[in-house]
Amino acid sequence: MTGAPVHQFLQQLFTGLATGAIYASLALALVMIYRATELVNFAQGEMAMFSTYIAWTLTNAGIPFWVAFALTLAASFLGGVAIERLIIRPVQNAPVFTAVTVFIGLLLILNSVAGWLYTYTVQDFPSPFGDRPLLHSLLTTSALGIMGVTLAMLVLLYLFFRFTPIGLAMRAAAQNPVSARLCGIRVGRMLAIGWGLAAAVGATAGVMVAPILFLDPNMMTGTLLYAFAGALLGGISSPLGAVIGGIAVGVMENLVGTYLIASQLKLTVALAVILLVLVLRPNGLFGATLVKRV
Amino acid sequence: MRLATRLFAYAAPLALLAAAGQYAAAGGTYGPGASDTEIKIGNTMPYSGPASAYGAIGKADAAYFTMINEQGGINGRKVNFITRDDGYSPPKTVEQVRKLVEEDQVLFMYNTLGTPPNSAIWDYMNENKVPQLFVATGASKWNDPKGHPWTIGWQPNYRVEASIYAQYILANMPDAKIAVLYQNDDFGKDYVIGLKAGLGDKADKMIVATQSYETTDPTVDSQVVSLQGSGANVLLTAAIPKFAAQVVRKVFDIGWKPAFFMTNVSSSVSAVFKPAGLEKAVGIITAGYTKDPNDAKWKDSKELGDYLAWQQKYDADANPADNNVVYGYSATNTLVQVLKQCGDNLTRENVMKQAASIKGQVLPMLLPGVVISTSATDFAPIKQMQLAKFDGTNWVYFGPVMSGVGS
Repeated sequence: MTGAPVHQFLQQLFTGLATGAIYASLALALVMIYRATELVNFAQGEMAMFSTYIAWTLTNAGIPFWVAFALTLAASFLGGVAIERLIIRPVQNAPVFTAVTVFIGLLLILNSVAGWLYTYTVQDFPSPFGDRPLLHSLLTTSALGIMGVTLAMLVLLYLFFRFTPIGLAMRAAAQNPVSARLCGIRVGRMLAIGWGLAAAVGATAGVMVAPILFLDPNMMTGTLLYAFAGALLGGISSPLGAVIGGIAVGVMENLVGTYLIASQLKLTVALAVILLVLVLRPNGLFGATLVKRV
Repeated sequence: MRLATRLFAYAAPLALLAAAGQYAAAGGTYGPGASDTEIKIGNTMPYSGPASAYGAIGKADAAYFTMINEQGGINGRKVNFITRDDGYSPPKTVEQVRKLVEEDQVLFMYNTLGTPPNSAIWDYMNENKVPQLFVATGASKWNDPKGHPWTIGWQPNYRVEASIYAQYILANMPDAKIAVLYQNDDFGKDYVIGLKAGLGDKADKMIVATQSYETTDPTVDSQVVSLQGSGANVLLTAAIPKFAAQVVRKVFDIGWKPAFFMTNVSSSVSAVFKPAGLEKAVGIITAGYTKDPNDAKWKDSKELGDYLAWQQKYDADANPADNNVVYGYSATNTLVQVLKQCGDNLTRENVMKQAASIKGQVLPMLLPGVVISTSATDFAPIKQMQLAKFDGTNWVYFGPVMSGVGS
C-alpha cells in the first residue's frame, strides 16, 4: 500500500479538477447573461439541459456528433434569442424581483417540459472524446475534453468581447443602455444576442458534461448551485474569474471533504469560503468593481 | 292456553325469519366506503413528475382490480379503486388523501407510493384510524405495529435487504473490509443500520469506511475515490439510479475491483447499467424477490403465462417486463387475499386485523420460496430475498432464498 496516500490525494485533486471544469463551463454561461443584462439567470442550467436533449435526439437519429453539436448550438442560440424576445423583454423594465420570478418560472417550465418529452429516466450520452482512462486512471479522456473545451470557450469569449465590434457593443449596451443607445447601438438586439450566446455557451457546457453526469431533466439542478458559487467566487462579471472560481470550488470541495471534515459538510465549507471571499472582496477574486450612477 | 301455544308456535319461526331477513338485508358490518355491493379503495401515485415511471404500479393495481371485478368481485362486492396523481409531492399527497378519506369516504388507502409521500400522511392516517395498507416503499419505518398500528408495508424493506448482504458477506468473505456509499436520508441510512445489524459484533471491524451524498451533489466521484482509498474490498451502494450509474462507472474507471453490492432500488439494467456501460457492471450483486418476466427460467411456466395473459387483457399499454407491473400485480393479489379474509366484516378495524393475519401467502410472480406472512407484531410482509449477479446482460439468481431482519 505504499504511495497510496499520495495516489489518493492526486485522485481527489484530479476528480476535483474534472468536476470543477463542469462548474466552470456552466459558470461561463452565467457570466455571459450577467454581462449582457446584469442579472443572474437561474434557468441557465435548465436551458443547458434542454439543449443537451436536442443534441441527444439528433445523435440518436444517427447524425454524426459534431454535426449534431453544431445544429444544437444554432438551435440554442435561436432559442435564447426567442426567450429574450418573448419572455424577458416584456418584463425588462420591471423590478429585479419580477425578473427573478420569471427566471424561476422558466426553470420550472423547462424542467417539466423536458420530463414530459423525454421522461425522467437517466440517459446515456456518448462523449466525443471517448471514455478511456489516462495517467494511471487519474483522469479520463472525457474529463480532459471538458477542461479543454472550457478553456477554449474562455479564450473565444475573451477574444469576442475584447476584439469584435459586436462584443464591444454588447458590453456597452449592458453597462450603460442609455448612452449606448445614443451612440447608435441597438440595445435590444444586443440583449437578444447576449441571451443567444449564453444559451449556446450553456449548450456546449451541457453537451460536454452530460457524458459525466448522465442526462436527465435534473442534470443541471444541483450543478447550477456550484456553478453559481464558482462564478461568485471568481467574480460574476469576469469569464476568467468564473472558470478559475468554478475549478477552485470543485477542487476545494473534494479536498476539504476528504481531509478536513465529513463529506456531508463539503458544500457547506465551500460556501463558507465563498462567503468569506465575498465579505473581503465583494466583487469576487477577478470581478471588476461595479460602478453605478444613482 | 292452546291458542297461545299455537300462536307462539307460529310466531316464533316468523320472528326468526324476520330476524334472518334483517340479517340478510344488512349483509355484513361495514365501515365507511363499504357496502353490500362495493368496496371503495383510495390510492395516490406519481403519474406525473420525476418519479412518474412508478405510475406503472398504479395502473397495474387498477388492472388487477378490473380482472377481479370481472370475475365477480370479492365476496360478491365490486372494488371501486380511486387512484389520484400526487406527482411524488408530499403536500399534494396530503391534499389528495384528505379528499379521498373525507369526501370520497374510502374504506382505506392502498399502495400509496413513495417514502416522502407516505411519511406525509403517516400521522394523519393513524390519528384518524384509517388503514394505510401495503405502502409502496422500502423504508423500514412502516414496520411499527405499536407506534403506527394503521400502517403496513409490503415489499422487503431496506434493512431486510442490507442484512441479507451482511449474511452473505459473513458466510463467504471472512476477510471483508466493507465500504458503504449511501444517500443521506432515511433510504440510505436504513442500509447502514441493516448492514450493521446483520454483521452483529463484526460490524465495527468489517466496515472500514462510509461516505454519504446529497441528491443535489452533481457527482459522487469524490466519495468513490475516498472509499477506494480506505483499502476496502467490498462496496455496498445505496443510491438512486442516477448516482448508482455514476458509482458503477467511477469504480470501473479508477480500476477498483471490490465485491460490489448494489441496492435493489438501482438494479434496473436499462436505467442504471446501460448508461454506465454494461461491461462496467459485470459481477455486481443485488437481491431480488420478484420473477423477472424476461428470465428464460420462467418461460413456459403457468405463472408467467397467467401474468402475461392478464397484462395483455387488462394492462395492455404496460411493458410486461417492467418490474413495476409485476409489483402491482403481486401486491394487489395480497390485498385481495386480505379482503377475502375479511368476509362480511368490512370495518376499518377488521381490514387492519386481517392485513396483520396473513399466513404464508405464496404469489405466482414472486421467486419460489418467498412467502408472505404478517402478525400483530410483524408488519413486514416480505422478509425474504435471493441474491443475483449481473453477467453483462441479465441478473442471474444464485444461492438459496435468504431471510433478513426487518427492524
